[in-house]
Amino acid sequence: MKIIVTDQSGKTHELEAIEGWRVMEIIKDYGLPIKAECGGACCCATCHVHVDEEWQDKLYPATEEEIDMLDEAMDIEDNSRLSCQILMSEDLDGLKLTLAESALP
Amino acid sequence: MTQDTSHKTDAIIIGAGPVGLFAVFELGLLDMKAHLVDILDKPGGQCAELYPEKPIYDIPAYPVITGQELTDRLMEQIEPFGPVFHLQQMAESLEKMDNGHWKLTTDDKITIEAPVIIIAAGGGSFMPKKPNIKNLEEFEGTSVFYSVKQMEKFRGKNLLIAGGGDSALDWTLNLQPLAQSLSLVHRRDEFRAAPDSVNKMRGLVEDRKMDLHVGDIKELHGENGKLSRVVVQKRGEEPYAVECDTLLAFYGLTMKLGPIANFGLNLHENLIPVDTEKFETSEAGIFAIGDINHYPGKLKLILSGFHEAALMAQQAFRYVHPDKKLRFQYTTSSTDLQNKLGVNDKDEAA
Repeated sequence: MKIIVTDQSGKTHELEAIEGWRVMEIIKDYGLPIKAECGGACCCATCHVHVDEEWQDKLYPATEEEIDMLDEAMDIEDNSRLSCQILMSEDLDGLKLTLAESALP
Repeated sequence: MTQDTSHKTDAIIIGAGPVGLFAVFELGLLDMKAHLVDILDKPGGQCAELYPEKPIYDIPAYPVITGQELTDRLMEQIEPFGPVFHLQQMAESLEKMDNGHWKLTTDDKITIEAPVIIIAAGGGSFMPKKPNIKNLEEFEGTSVFYSVKQMEKFRGKNLLIAGGGDSALDWTLNLQPLAQSLSLVHRRDEFRAAPDSVNKMRGLVEDRKMDLHVGDIKELHGENGKLSRVVVQKRGEEPYAVECDTLLAFYGLTMKLGPIANFGLNLHENLIPVDTEKFETSEAGIFAIGDINHYPGKLKLILSGFHEAALMAQQAFRYVHPDKKLRFQYTTSSTDLQNKLGVNDKDEAA
């Protein structure tokens, strides 16, 4: 399983993904620039990502809690998500996303 | 909170998160008094600010405990040692004195002297998140603010408040009677603040006592740091101007290392390298424990911070009580430690 992550400088990385892990954890474990300061508790908005259009509908919709928390991210778009709220599964093999500026450590 | 502006103590702890709080306990068992400095208005650090209601599952002996409960239990545990808190203050500068002690100055100009400094600052100081507006800095401190320290400062102002959480809504309700005019701007027409505050705010809008704008702030206009109008735009719609002279932005908090970076310590990617015996930094007498330190094999766990606090206290004792012999004792058996904790009967403790 893979996810394809473009970092804030525009460089693309292919990351080995693990079923059941939060996408934030995979990105952090790989050492890409993501602050994720609350550690996955949906409490800070510093793991903000922009999900590629083709993948948007394949994700579980954001919960109210996630949408509320996204208010604290500055560079919000229609495809904004918190990567700690995306759980990796077979269906998401190949998921493409871009790290938001507001996720920089 | 204390009124005096200069203090002397045994140990100064920067950061009142769980690790800073537990350090009070470990220092206290070894007869060292502590003062704590924290930028938040309450103890508990991330646990209390970011996730007070979230369960934590890896605290020994607690299969599950929330961030707030953990904070409350730690406060109870350290109560016998009478820690002194200096809240809503940032540790701003540190200097070495002629007697070898350290003098810490906060941004409120409170000074504390002690032979030992313990940096337990986690991810750093909580600082306001700022909107991406290119000339923001020009207005900061004169027309743009991120907190309210004195409400009177906003009397008679044409105020724009930004945000959708409790801070934005609470200050909207509190400042509306004082302000000349008040508008609230938020990205969407839904608010995560307490429903009661949101209803009150909507009532004020209906009564035409304030305005509500749905959209993002795009531009700031004004001269010499004096704001005159702000351009607001809802996505997919035309931008428009809102007249105002003061902007209060509440977009939440994020952690930054802050002035600790200028304390003259060696740093490794914004972390403070320490040894794993004493958790001391590159400066003798300055320790770093919890998430802010770095050493081979470091795990950012509350658990690790507690361990680090215990070992730090052993070395701190040598600076604070250089003439005394350090004896290792258990709280289960030592009458001396039990007296310090106030758990012995009075006549026994005499």
